[in-house]
Amino acid sequence: METRATRAGLKVWTWLIVAFLWIPLVVIGLYAFNGSQIQSWPISHLTFHWFSMAWHDSQVRDALWLSVKVGLLATGVALALGTMAAFAVHRFRFFGRESVSLLFLLPIALPGIITGMALSSAFSFAGVQLTMWTIVIGHSTFCVVVVYNNVIARLRRTSPSLIEASMDLGADGWQTFRYVTWPLISTALVAGGLLAFALSFDEVIVTTFTAGGTTLPIFILNNLRQGQQLPIVNVIACVVILLTVVPVWVSQRLTSDGDGATAVRAAAAAAQSSQSA
Amino acid sequence: MDVEARTSAGSLRGARLRLSAAFWRRPWLKLLALLLPPVAAFGLVYVTSLGALLASAFWSSDAFTAKVIHSWSLTQFRAIFSLSDPTYLRIAIRTVLIAAAVTVTDAVLAFPIAYYMARLATRRMRSLLFVLILLPLWSSYLVRIYSWTTILSKTGPLNWLLNGLGLPDTHLAYTNWAMWIVFSYVWLPFMILPIYTAIERVPGNFFEASADLGARGPRTFRSVLLPLVFPAIVAGSIFTFSLTLGDYITPLLVGGPGSLLIGNIVYENSSTNLAFAAAFAVVPIGVMGVYLAIARRLGAFEAV
Repeated sequence: METRATRAGLKVWTWLIVAFLWIPLVVIGLYAFNGSQIQSWPISHLTFHWFSMAWHDSQVRDALWLSVKVGLLATGVALALGTMAAFAVHRFRFFGRESVSLLFLLPIALPGIITGMALSSAFSFAGVQLTMWTIVIGHSTFCVVVVYNNVIARLRRTSPSLIEASMDLGADGWQTFRYVTWPLISTALVAGGLLAFALSFDEVIVTTFTAGGTTLPIFILNNLRQGQQLPIVNVIACVVILLTVVPVWVSQRLTSDGDGATAVRAAAAAAQSSQSA
Repeated sequence: MDVEARTSAGSLRGARLRLSAAFWRRPWLKLLALLLPPVAAFGLVYVTSLGALLASAFWSSDAFTAKVIHSWSLTQFRAIFSLSDPTYLRIAIRTVLIAAAVTVTDAVLAFPIAYYMARLATRRMRSLLFVLILLPLWSSYLVRIYSWTTILSKTGPLNWLLNGLGLPDTHLAYTNWAMWIVFSYVWLPFMILPIYTAIERVPGNFFEASADLGARGPRTFRSVLLPLVFPAIVAGSIFTFSLTLGDYITPLLVGGPGSLLIGNIVYENSSTNLAFAAAFAVVPIGVMGVYLAIARRLGAFEAV
């Protein structure tokens, strides 16, 4: 239906949009190597100075370490709870089955500010001090759904007769899980776990309400608001981009089978998840 | 010794078999074991605190001590929707308008690229474009907003480019225009993906049939493609609209003095006047409820 001119126009439009999406990331990447302390364009000369400054800054190190710990713990909780729920919903028919998915979807369907405020007022009501563990609880709420979605999608694609065959051959529940179910779902778990980690590592809003400490995004936010240490913020921004993009990319490779539809599904999961960020 | 070891191994295997059998015979037990921990943890921590928060929207708070008074009232909502002091009403309207502007912008930006990906791009090109669109979505949200403050700043790349082209400086930084650009930028991939999926689902012979009946490009677009893809646009708009409604980081970093949104007021009041913050947080939930009801009628849920 398109004329040649329309086709060319569409192609140009597509690459303009891609440029629009990537230019801000490239700009931050370049500013991280900015030789001058003043943020102005064009950059006069390049340096690695800010990388070593950031690396030797104890505040940055503490923030990075806290973010990593929180990310790992929240991912652990999400893996356990999300997998259990996915198995329950996939294997059984029970009253309220549809509401379970809805329940896990709530933390990403509602704005992060509402989740954050609800948790923070509940913590203060219950007299719970804000610590690293309160951040972990906050992050787990929206990480569960990522694991849940990944595992249940994989379970739907595996045939139940494999499990029955294993049972028929005399395997008990544990053996069936270890030798049949586990190999089938392990990559889905890794993929879900990586996405959950990336989500947690990048989260700001829920964290501002539940944080007993400074995570890396909170460190960035505080410095941005006060306009301080911007060269170091650029470096951290660069590192945060890499640390969230790499797991997502790996997880995409693990779940995709070279088919566009899978990519769309993963994208939809991503879309839902990022909402809380 | 050997016999003993064998029997203990045997009894372990026996115990495992008995356990599997017990679970097999009583599936509800297995269901309970699987479902109880996640649902209980979620219910206890998340749903309870959410319920308490929503309930507190209907409480009032003492003006002097900021202590919450536990009696049901609509005081908070009256303060928000007060016509004599329309500060909050104005903020709510501004938020909805910006969310609507962002949604329309994203739909316009997304449609051509989604069409190109679904119908014109080769297989390889399509997967490349997927990666190029998805990766920015996943890279830090905070960093992407921050980047725009540097791009739009007085001495930033945008003005450098404009000066290079012989054009005067723009002063977009810290304005509502900056918020509009940044919101449209941050949520754009959410609009591209559902539209892409919908266009891909339209069978190719629909276009041929339309051409055979004498329709040219614009007519086919208007009468065939757009009606089929419209639910997907609405589906994408659910994301762009609701995400803008709840955001407070973007106004904080790129907005100016007149750029406060609902999220900012909620955030500022959350520690000092929880009842008011909760009540104002109910406003976007209500708006989204209405929006979702309309979206459902337009068939957006089948399109996600």
